[in-house]
Amino acid sequence: MADLLIELFSEEIPAGLQAPAAENLKKLLTNGMVEAGLTYATASTFHTARRLTLVVEDLLDASPTVQEERKGPKVGAPEQAINGFLRGAGLSMDDLEVRNDKKGQVYFAKITKPGRPASEIVAEVLETTIRNFPWPKSMRWGSGSLRWVRPLQSVLCILSNEAEVSIVPLEVDGFKAGNQTRGHRFMAPDAFAVSGFDDYDTKLKRAKVILRTEERQAAIWQDAQTQAFALGYSVVEDAGLLAEVAGLVEWPVVLMGQIDEEFLDLPPEVLKTSMKEHQKFFSVANPKTGRIERFVTVANIEAADQGTTILKGNQKVLAARLADAKFFWENDLREAKVGMGAWQAALENVTFHNKLGSQAARIKRIAALARDLAPMVGADPDMAEQAALVAKADLSSEMVYEFPELQGLMGRYYAAKAGMSAEIAAACEAHYSPLGPSDDVPTAPVSVAVALADKLDTLTGFWAINEKPTGSKDPFALRRAALGVIRLILDNHLTLPLADRLIPADAGAGAADLLGFFQDRLKTYLRDRGIRHDVIDACIAMPQSDDLALLIKRAEALQGTLTTDDGENLIQGFKRANNILSQAEAQDGVEYSFGADPKFAENEAEKVLFAALDAADKKIQPAMATQNFATAMAAMATLRGPIDAFFEAVKINADSALVRRNRLNLLSRIRTTCLSVADLTKVEG
Amino acid sequence: MSTPKSFQEIILRLQTYWAEQGCAILQPYDMEVGAGTFHPATTLRALGSKPWAAAYVQPSRRPTDGRYGENPNRLQHYYQYQVLIKPSPPNLQELYLGSLKAIGIDMALHDIRFVEDDWESPTLGAWGLGWEVWCDGMEVSQFTYFQQVGGHDCHPISGELTYGLERLAMYVLGVDHVMNMPFNDPSAPIALTYGDIFRQTEEEYARWNFDVANTEVLLRQFEEAEAECETILAQEAVDPKTGKRIIMAHPAYDQCIKASHMFNLLDARGVISVTERQAYIGRVRSLATKCADAFVQTSAAGAA
Repeated sequence: MADLLIELFSEEIPAGLQAPAAENLKKLLTNGMVEAGLTYATASTFHTARRLTLVVEDLLDASPTVQEERKGPKVGAPEQAINGFLRGAGLSMDDLEVRNDKKGQVYFAKITKPGRPASEIVAEVLETTIRNFPWPKSMRWGSGSLRWVRPLQSVLCILSNEAEVSIVPLEVDGFKAGNQTRGHRFMAPDAFAVSGFDDYDTKLKRAKVILRTEERQAAIWQDAQTQAFALGYSVVEDAGLLAEVAGLVEWPVVLMGQIDEEFLDLPPEVLKTSMKEHQKFFSVANPKTGRIERFVTVANIEAADQGTTILKGNQKVLAARLADAKFFWENDLREAKVGMGAWQAALENVTFHNKLGSQAARIKRIAALARDLAPMVGADPDMAEQAALVAKADLSSEMVYEFPELQGLMGRYYAAKAGMSAEIAAACEAHYSPLGPSDDVPTAPVSVAVALADKLDTLTGFWAINEKPTGSKDPFALRRAALGVIRLILDNHLTLPLADRLIPADAGAGAADLLGFFQDRLKTYLRDRGIRHDVIDACIAMPQSDDLALLIKRAEALQGTLTTDDGENLIQGFKRANNILSQAEAQDGVEYSFGADPKFAENEAEKVLFAALDAADKKIQPAMATQNFATAMAAMATLRGPIDAFFEAVKINADSALVRRNRLNLLSRIRTTCLSVADLTKVEG
Repeated sequence: MSTPKSFQEIILRLQTYWAEQGCAILQPYDMEVGAGTFHPATTLRALGSKPWAAAYVQPSRRPTDGRYGENPNRLQHYYQYQVLIKPSPPNLQELYLGSLKAIGIDMALHDIRFVEDDWESPTLGAWGLGWEVWCDGMEVSQFTYFQQVGGHDCHPISGELTYGLERLAMYVLGVDHVMNMPFNDPSAPIALTYGDIFRQTEEEYARWNFDVANTEVLLRQFEEAEAECETILAQEAVDPKTGKRIIMAHPAYDQCIKASHMFNLLDARGVISVTERQAYIGRVRSLATKCADAFVQTSAAGAA
């Protein structure tokens, strides 16, 4: 048994690519080795900005010897055939064995495939891995033909056990594997040899490299918090930034700096975004003022002056960045205070989509729709329209030009500065929501009206020009828009029949298609909430199913009923009734839909069923009229006993034609009653 | 290494350093360009099989960045320092760090970082992978391994270094406003600041770029340059007068540079809409691609 250590040392690997690359290295190496018969106990990977490391423990010293038996030609077969067989097996005549087969005497070859030493297999697999590594974007360098994410600088590949350490003999495009690596680029740049993983780990630490990502992250986070805490501040959590920063440094050194007083009045989101996007700084908040007043930067070096120069430099860069942001903010405020008219006008010249006109034209459509929708969501129509007209004005602002991710949020600030009502200002930000399945859904009526109008305009617009999502392609995020509409309606308990009011009459044939698209999104949405797809289908088939709130209420009631013993068995009874009836109707060429009469009931069970249907209908009809689906379905479920007893006691195809017809008409009553609740033919089971 | 005293000393130190590393120290290209990459010593020489090593200062113009000399870091005319080595040597990062030391950046005091940057020039049909180099959080250089230029895969690969000279110098010299930066030695008998030399021209050009430049003339010049480029490249390879094979890649490329600059001026005048923008960039790229096609057939590119 031996341990294998591989390190692929390169120029700086982009932070986001390190972890997936380390995983790929492990997968490709271990798969390749196992395929060649080389098994192992454990494999783990590590990654920093400059290295991908793999350590495999308890690897076999060699792949096992494999015996293979091969059946050859018959004894006395033409010489050519025998020679061919020998060549294929790599044997000579003396090695063959003659055995008795059903057809007579046959040559057999015993081929021994000797095991191969681990080093040979590792060399082969690693070379293949390096040459075919699945980088999302790779490059060549110098005169070589190798592709890597950035130039590869050295390959370390050793096998070690208690007795010895050996370098795996491997050369790829001029890179000869060795037992050496290097430490930190600036603090310990010299090469050193290692004898195994523990030695590697220890020596790297001494050479100012923390190998483990988790350890770097923890060090950054702890140190940042400690420094902030000492001043009574707190670091704003940002897991994504922490992961990125940990991928940029091999030896993190946390430095906390101050934001110049003159920038502290900028919106905190602007400070945060500017610091994060441009500088990869963490924001540090002062809980007493609620403002972001400091920053944390992570250097990659223990500087001789304890980081004074580094911090000063970073602070200077930040000041220049924030001076830009402040310049944008102040210019924007000037425009905001006079009502943002110029911004709205500027959107006339911004194309939303070449077939859907300008942003300004789009905004006018949204405003009209928001006004229309306002009464249905409990919003004031004037306010909803007004909010829609200004909600995207910030797209013309300098700040949003610089930081597109602040769209909406800046709109909120600017609308407030323009003296607009709190509802309108809120709608500027909230109308983009919900952006995903876990994003919060707006609840303020004005925000809801604009959010719905925005998404519906997008959907109907792209549908009209036939730009629909296909497969994994959804460049205009239409699925997200549809899901947004669904969540806005459901979470706010709105009654908004989609077909009637939301899809304009001029949408034409596309309208049904768009409704189907909504229903598909709804199925996905409800399935994630545990509602069966067949239950949804059974409810979509009912009238008014474009009223999502109604649809979900019906679906929930049906699913509830189906989980009861009566409900589940009722489905069986219904299906039996429906099948017999459908067959008879097909056979007789008539529809048995009317005139079941209790006076022709011959049997007690038959009479009971008549009575039960009468009783159920009496409950179901008023319940359905008031959309009290649970009551209706409970009443329907009471039919289970009588239906089961009926089928037990009665033969439908009675000898008397009159009785038969009456019974078929009775089945039709079952069908009618059940279908008035939901399309049970769509329910599985 | 001691701290330099002036903008020009930083340039001189870079020149000396890269000369010591074996680069040919070229002079700026004598045409208006948007960046040092446009110099044929980079764009064209990154193509083909012949080894190459050059360094030079390139005055660059970005009309839209004009701020009348008021902004501390933004200029419509500025300098880039450009190094191109083909094939890229294995120690290019070390060589680069050496150049920072040469201009007085002490590696024990500063935090130097190679931060991912995928470089792409849609006008040149070029892309490469590399980094922005950060010094204490400030981007001081672009470091790129060219993978493709003018639509051609590069082989061997060139390593390109681009230093934003003003920004780098301001940082090294500890100056907050570019116009206050000493251009020559501040103790010289006639000490000149960057502002003494460029404040007025920044104003003049900003006014011309933004408000005065005749857009009809610019547009015509764009089209003329485009047509001339095509005409040059359409000529027979063999010159009827001398009987020599002379492919005029460089004169054609000059016209491509000219078209690109006219486009930048038109852009600054605000007469190019968002949709038209892509079309203009596409036209310049098409010229750059054709020039590259022509250059790779010449002996400078290693063609027989």
